[in-house]
Amino acid sequence: MRISNCESRNSQSAIRNPQFVMVPLSWYLGLSALLFTIGAVGVFIKRNAITIFLCIELMLNAVNLTFVSLSGFFGDVGGQLFVFIVMTVAAAEAAVGLAIIISIFRNRESLNVDEVDTLKL
Amino acid sequence: MLAAIILVPLVGAAILGLFGKRMSERVIGWIACSTVAVSTILSFYLFFEHRAALEGGEKLHEYLFTWISVGTFRTDASLLLDSLSAIYILFITFVGFWIHVFATGYMRGDKGYWRFFAYMNLFMFSMLTLVLADNFVLMFVGWEGVGLCSYLLIGYYFTKDFANDAAKKAFIVNRIGDFGFVLGVFLLFSKAGTIFYFNDTARGIHGAFDWAMTQSPDPLTWSAIFGGGITSVAVLLFVGAIGKSAQLPLYVWLPDAMAGPTPVSALIHAATMVTAGVYMVARASSIYIHAPTAMMIVAIIGAATALFAATIGLAQWDIKKVLAYSTISQLGYMFLACGVGAFGAGIFHVFTHAFFKALLFLGSGSVILGMHHEQDMRRMGGLKKYMPITFATMFAGWFAISGFPLFSGFFSKDEILYRSFIANGLPDSWARILWFVGAVTALVTAVYMTRLMVLTFWGRERFSTSEPAPGADSVPGGHEDHPGPPHESPASMVLPLVVLAAGAVFAGYLGVPEGLSGGKITNYFERLLEPSIASLHVMEPGHAQRTPEGTPLETRAEAPARMPEGHGLERTLTGVSILIALAGIGIGWVWFKRKPLWEPPRLLEEKYYVDELYNATVVQPIKVGSTSVLWKVIDVHIIDGAVNGAGHLASMLGSTLRYLQSGLARSYVAIVVLGALLIIGYFVMK
Amino acid sequence: MQTDFQTIATQAMQFIMPEGILTLFACAALVLDVMLPRDRKRFVAWVSLLGVGLAFASLWILYTSIVSKGTPRTAFFDMIVLDSYAVVFKSIFLIGAALSILLSIKYLEIEGEQRGEYYGLILFSVIGMMFMASSVDLLALFISLELMAVSVYILVGYFRRDKKSNEASMKYFLLGAFSSGVLLYGISMVYGLTGSTNLAKIAAALPIVASANFNPFGAAAPPDMRYLLLMSMILMAAGMFFKVAAVPFHMWAPDAYEGAPTSITAFMSVGVKAASFAMFGRLFLYGLPDLRGSLAGDPASGIPSLPGWALLLGIVSAITIVWGNLGALTQNNTKRLLAYSSISHAGYVLLGLIAGNQTGYTGFVIYLFIYTIMNLGVFGCIIALRRRGIVGDRMEDLNGLMKKAPGLTVMMTIFLLSLGGIPPTAGFIGKFYLFAGLIETGNPWLVRLAILAVLMSVVSLYYYIRFIRAMYIEGETEPQPVTLAPSLRVALVAAAILVIYIGVFPQRLIDLTQKAATSPGLKTYSYQQGATKPAEPATPPPARGMPGERDRQTATPPR
Repeated sequence: MRISNCESRNSQSAIRNPQFVMVPLSWYLGLSALLFTIGAVGVFIKRNAITIFLCIELMLNAVNLTFVSLSGFFGDVGGQLFVFIVMTVAAAEAAVGLAIIISIFRNRESLNVDEVDTLKL
Repeated sequence: MLAAIILVPLVGAAILGLFGKRMSERVIGWIACSTVAVSTILSFYLFFEHRAALEGGEKLHEYLFTWISVGTFRTDASLLLDSLSAIYILFITFVGFWIHVFATGYMRGDKGYWRFFAYMNLFMFSMLTLVLADNFVLMFVGWEGVGLCSYLLIGYYFTKDFANDAAKKAFIVNRIGDFGFVLGVFLLFSKAGTIFYFNDTARGIHGAFDWAMTQSPDPLTWSAIFGGGITSVAVLLFVGAIGKSAQLPLYVWLPDAMAGPTPVSALIHAATMVTAGVYMVARASSIYIHAPTAMMIVAIIGAATALFAATIGLAQWDIKKVLAYSTISQLGYMFLACGVGAFGAGIFHVFTHAFFKALLFLGSGSVILGMHHEQDMRRMGGLKKYMPITFATMFAGWFAISGFPLFSGFFSKDEILYRSFIANGLPDSWARILWFVGAVTALVTAVYMTRLMVLTFWGRERFSTSEPAPGADSVPGGHEDHPGPPHESPASMVLPLVVLAAGAVFAGYLGVPEGLSGGKITNYFERLLEPSIASLHVMEPGHAQRTPEGTPLETRAEAPARMPEGHGLERTLTGVSILIALAGIGIGWVWFKRKPLWEPPRLLEEKYYVDELYNATVVQPIKVGSTSVLWKVIDVHIIDGAVNGAGHLASMLGSTLRYLQSGLARSYVAIVVLGALLIIGYFVMK
Repeated sequence: MQTDFQTIATQAMQFIMPEGILTLFACAALVLDVMLPRDRKRFVAWVSLLGVGLAFASLWILYTSIVSKGTPRTAFFDMIVLDSYAVVFKSIFLIGAALSILLSIKYLEIEGEQRGEYYGLILFSVIGMMFMASSVDLLALFISLELMAVSVYILVGYFRRDKKSNEASMKYFLLGAFSSGVLLYGISMVYGLTGSTNLAKIAAALPIVASANFNPFGAAAPPDMRYLLLMSMILMAAGMFFKVAAVPFHMWAPDAYEGAPTSITAFMSVGVKAASFAMFGRLFLYGLPDLRGSLAGDPASGIPSLPGWALLLGIVSAITIVWGNLGALTQNNTKRLLAYSSISHAGYVLLGLIAGNQTGYTGFVIYLFIYTIMNLGVFGCIIALRRRGIVGDRMEDLNGLMKKAPGLTVMMTIFLLSLGGIPPTAGFIGKFYLFAGLIETGNPWLVRLAILAVLMSVVSLYYYIRFIRAMYIEGETEPQPVTLAPSLRVALVAAAILVIYIGVFPQRLIDLTQKAATSPGLKTYSYQQGATKPAEPATPPPARGMPGERDRQTATPPR
């Protein structure tokens, strides 16, 4: 997991490969910010537990997009490694999250998170 | 080794406290006494092992561990053995051991036997910690420890109201003193930057006393007390001593403390704990000699207390109360000695006093037990023939405290009187007044002690042998209250009496004032103490001019110059002391043989109405103030109002919080996002 | 010339020996669970406890043989560092885990949920925690955080048939995953700005990135990249605040604490919190040290200077302390009350990071250490109240406890007083260091913060005393006796003794934690110097608590 060539990234004269930049980096970043926002907003306007969960996945994938684009931009493999890790973690979270949602559904026959409010005040 | 002296009683206390309930009295007694015996043996061993070093003024540090170290503040659990603490541990363990032995007999049959000895061992631990500590914080641990044990033991008969009240009184009054003590230590730390006594290069610590020796003395003015300087430190520390050693005006707890069992009175409230204040003042002598105002306060309060308590002692009927006031009075003597710069003489009096007062208390305990828990001297009399050994031993104590020639008290008291007469830290007239007060006190002391002896052992038998005495001592259901004639106490009680009587007679020969012998016999005690105590350079009167106030401060390196021609004055004063003692005994003998039940003036019998005065000026105002003002007005309206207001506010906030805490996961997310946005917004707007 | 693999096999592995041992035992717990008959399952608990003990022993060996000898050692290509900071935190987690396992045994039996996977999950989450304490790479930090979090999500919902447990788990999970996303987005931005995920490299790159005229693209009118940097800092802080349950990211805590099995509430209130703080410290003290004070602007070209994370933490900790304590006042469910109390304690611990000096860092570590013990103690006492038919988490369940179980009551009192910060208990020492650290800075705003914290800890006494009043004064309302299971008794007595011991003889612990607080890479800051520095720009005024100047006392980041 050697992070290649990253010392040179810090300087103001960051070297980029002009041929690589087909679409400007800022577009990727903008798209990922947009996806992240959509995901974040979705988390608190959606009622269905599964949908909320998908919104969270959307947030994570927005982050993945950032990492991948930055990684490509820097020519550094570290960002892409991060993406793999995030995907793995997301899968693990999905497994656990779905299990939790299933047990909620078994007990309450509903996926509406607004009905799950016995613990409060 | 030093640690073992301290820890063995603690182990004993722990064993007794944890498992004592299931042990037999014999085992408990063995454990309690043997732990103290171990400490005693170790103390003696250490003393003789290091005698030469101690005489040479060496300080043996024993570092255990660093307790707290924060920035520049550092406290170690570390012990210090020098000649001062060596003398203290010797008599504490020795007297303590014999009192433990006495108590095994005295407390026989008591339900709380294990509890009593657990407390007693714990007390020994605390007291030894107090004395052996090498810094003020650890000393304070011991200081509070003995206070706690005192509280527990005064209130030992917790089913009795008067015992509980007395315990509470002792506790509260002592808190006042402790407050002063703590403030003094704080101030000392802020001045000297350390709470250790002496430099210890091995650990790289600086000592407050070594710091004090480098300071120039404060002037002898009243304003110095509030100057925040070394005088303030000394005065604040002395406030602590006033509380612990029962001096005016905080002495009121000690007479009430007699509600505890008699061995407790002997050990804690006569021989050891109450002299902790004297120890502290003597320990901090290098601070005091730089604070002449504080010295003067110490001397005045000491002398005043001595006389004041002695006169009250003259008029008490309860045998233990007489001894209690006598203790207060003798403690006053010790402070008088410290105040005039004769710290060594003060400690010497502590030393002899420990023997004869412990003896007198134990003797009174023996009498009380023999009389089936009767403490009122009006119902005694003629006990001489019933309890011959008790009588003989108390006789020795009587002569010792009265200052009868060649008994221990004679030497120490004589030394104090002489030193206050020639005190050079004070204006001349003050020195004479202090001496005079001391002399009068000596007279009164001899009188009331004679009264006690006469009323108890001579004269008509004023008790009936058939009915058990009413209003008995505090032992509920302990010693079986069988009627019958007074009887001599068992061997376990008599033996300590004999040992202590020997001490009361001979302890004084360790420190025969050199004036008496013309310098032929060295005053061993004083020579031993000299290196541990900073002293005002005592100028003998025969010696030329008096140095101006405040300046004659010499370090211990320059021992007081002993001028042979000064012995003349000392001998004269000794003669006066002898006359006073004989006169006192004579007056008491003649007067009380004739009229044993002579009613003393009401003012004295009621102790100058001090308790009433305190009740009227302090207790009641506080009570009334706290009831009518603090409670009914401030508490109910303002505090409750504020609390209720705050409560309303809190519950309002709480309900707001509750609305936020709606239980809906989505709203939580919304709040998180909102919070994050607020923060980001704040940072962007910034 | 060794290959990478050889290096890992021969040297690096020993640095993660405790974690390795725990991994083995966690897997063993899962396997054993299948092999054991239903009534023998508690055997798994003892095996797990053995694992924790062995891990502790190997940690101790590592400490004496490597860490205490000198400079910290890194392994796995600068992903893992082994320094005193890591060791102290790891010992906190192991102690927490051991106590939690002891608390759980009887409790799970009463609940009829004694299963091996419970202990396996606890061990897995502890492994995550331990890596959190020693990771110095964002990647490793993130994985270990998730390892811990996912295990704890399951544990919170461990009582599958219990509606409350389900609900707590769902809320915790949804909010936790959300906050992970937020944290991750912050991480990705930091990566984008500095080009690295290694904390040391990030810290090294920061001075350039944080300068007002950082212009990586050479644009004519460059955007102010400092805003982006602050944004990423805030997002990471938000993620961490969520994990430590600081206001306003605490909303999950009362619900999750109340709904979770009590033993898990105990575990997560100390373990998860301490681990998150360990990561917080790593992220902010090792990774973003230069973002602490204000970011100097350029008054000439009208670029404002911006506040750093110390201000953010200051505000959040003030709100957290107030909110947590006020919230606790009106609660009647003891678990919920303690959840609020634990929120307020998170606020106290933040004070140590804010102070930024030696004393503050010591307080930060020592308080977490002490908090772990005393909070587990309190929860242990509440677990002891769980009997057949009685949940034991209402305030009334404590009524008249003194008559039923005096020993338990005394221990509970010790823990409560310690939580309230009363000497001579350990809690006092911890709070003392935290507050002293703030006051030492001499900054008026920080001193005010310390005063607020002291006042609020007086308020906190009110609700701790409510427990004590219920136990000593109220008459008993429930006749059923309280008996302590042996394992629970061992845990409680050990915790009580530790609390008192540390309170009376704190020096050893102070020495240990001071080492952690002086590990290389931890920067200390002096406020006095900043205040006297004339070159400091006028905005923001130093009174906001954020003077920009700081002296780098220990400048070497973990190599």
